[in-house]
Amino acid sequence: MQKNITDIQNEIIENFELFDGDMESILFYLMDLGKKLPAMPEAHKTEDFIVKGCQSKVWVYPSFMDGKVIFEADSNTEITKGLVSLLVQVWSNQTPDNILNSELFFIEKIGMSRMIGSQRSNGFTNMIKQIKMYALAYKASGN
Amino acid sequence: MKSVAQKLDIISIRNQFPILHQEVNGKPLVYFDNAATTQKPKSVIDALVKYYSTDNANIHRAAHTLAARSTDMFEDTRKTIQTFINAKEAEECIFTKGVTESINLVAQTWGRKFLQAGDEVIITTMEHHSNIVPWQMICEEKGAILKVIPINEAGELLMDEYEKLLSLKTKMVACVWVSNALGTINPVKEIIQKAHAVGAKVLLDGAQACSHLEVDVQDLDCDFLAVSSHKLYGPTGVGVLYGKRELLEAMPPYQGGGEMIKEVSFEKTTYNEIPYKFEAGTPNIGDVIAFKYALDFVNETGKENIAAYENALLKHCLEGLEQINKSTNQQIIQLVGTAKQKVSVQSFVINGMHHFDAGMMLDAKGIAVRTGHHCTQPLMNRLGLDGTIRASFSVYNTLEEVDVFLEAVKKLVTLSNQSTHS
Repeated sequence: MQKNITDIQNEIIENFELFDGDMESILFYLMDLGKKLPAMPEAHKTEDFIVKGCQSKVWVYPSFMDGKVIFEADSNTEITKGLVSLLVQVWSNQTPDNILNSELFFIEKIGMSRMIGSQRSNGFTNMIKQIKMYALAYKASGN
Repeated sequence: MKSVAQKLDIISIRNQFPILHQEVNGKPLVYFDNAATTQKPKSVIDALVKYYSTDNANIHRAAHTLAARSTDMFEDTRKTIQTFINAKEAEECIFTKGVTESINLVAQTWGRKFLQAGDEVIITTMEHHSNIVPWQMICEEKGAILKVIPINEAGELLMDEYEKLLSLKTKMVACVWVSNALGTINPVKEIIQKAHAVGAKVLLDGAQACSHLEVDVQDLDCDFLAVSSHKLYGPTGVGVLYGKRELLEAMPPYQGGGEMIKEVSFEKTTYNEIPYKFEAGTPNIGDVIAFKYALDFVNETGKENIAAYENALLKHCLEGLEQINKSTNQQIIQLVGTAKQKVSVQSFVINGMHHFDAGMMLDAKGIAVRTGHHCTQPLMNRLGLDGTIRASFSVYNTLEEVDVFLEAVKKLVTLSNQSTHS
């Protein structure tokens, strides 16, 4: 049974708290997490699944199985890939309703809130929007 | 280096910049993003506080004391920038909100009046988007043609190619004086002479140049020069457009509103004289007034001293980067922009590491650099890159800071090596 989205986020926050705000260690940890992300098939890395962002390229590929949305993801920058892996950890293998009703609070708590808002060079906000859009599309199509 | 350091007391200069004395991510801030914006000396910050505390009033209108005071101070900045760039008259200096607006003003007024279908505008490969897009817009509107001077691998203009592009069809050469992404100093005097020989006007984008180089618009004989305050130790939201009087007078107004009018009736409006014709609405009074103190800072420190010191920082950085390449026996660091004539800007890439990751890792060590395409996408395309890491130095930076930066870059190179071989 997949854990609920709030619990997963709380676990992520606890893991990051071990670094006590040391940004360098956090970035190294993120890069390690990125490396552990299952490889995304090259065939899925098409324009259709790219998240628009100036500095880094990010791909998010959704599929639907047994009522749950499965996400594959990749990025050409290691730190972003680590962050994306956290999004996959939180949102993959969840029902569309759970994804749509969830609030993302871990990004700010792990000191990465700058990724979300003002930085025009990053498509992180778009990434979140795109994941929710996929969930909505699966919900609407009912399959 | 010693002689340069002797001329400038860097510690006392640093002490004039309050922002530098802080920690970022638990490390002392190393601010190497000066090409994006420079920090502000206390005199500029104090001038802003003083203006809003004691002098705030709208300018050029009311008869009361505060209005007279703020008007005088506003016009005092105009005289200071006139001297700073050696314009013939203060009226040739128009306040804008920045270089981007200065260029748009020329494209939209001079361009709209004087460009015709089939005319040509020449820019360079290394332009910032702000000196590309305004010209694309007006060229499209007028049916004029935009031509681009190519560069070599070092990031220098191919002057032979420039000459081939010039013809009687050329009406404007809009050229960056110093490249923000590469640091290249372009041979603008020669560019201007050659443009004038075919009857074309020249606009110089001085955003990066004015904080590093001596500026003499009469000696250069440029027709327009766009200046930024915030890249020159002054507040954001202020820029200057210098233009020769006869050109500014021949140009129609840019925006309509207060200040720019002489008489308004519902039948007809007559326009004010320059510079006010181009300064519609209440300007950014406080920031313009504070800008004067930034110019005073540069004048007091001395452009020549600043340039010599910054060049020493650049040289130290370059030697360090080359040393890292030598110590790894690989060319992992690829320098981008190796022109003979440069200001204190160094772009580079670390092979095997995305510039975004590098920027984040440097920030974790308290080091602020710019990463990305630096708003010069056509230049990046020409160089086959999607971005670089750019360190840009200012007069308040130190050799010790460069060492901290080099040490951090060395670690990034090791990291990149590990991930490439793992």
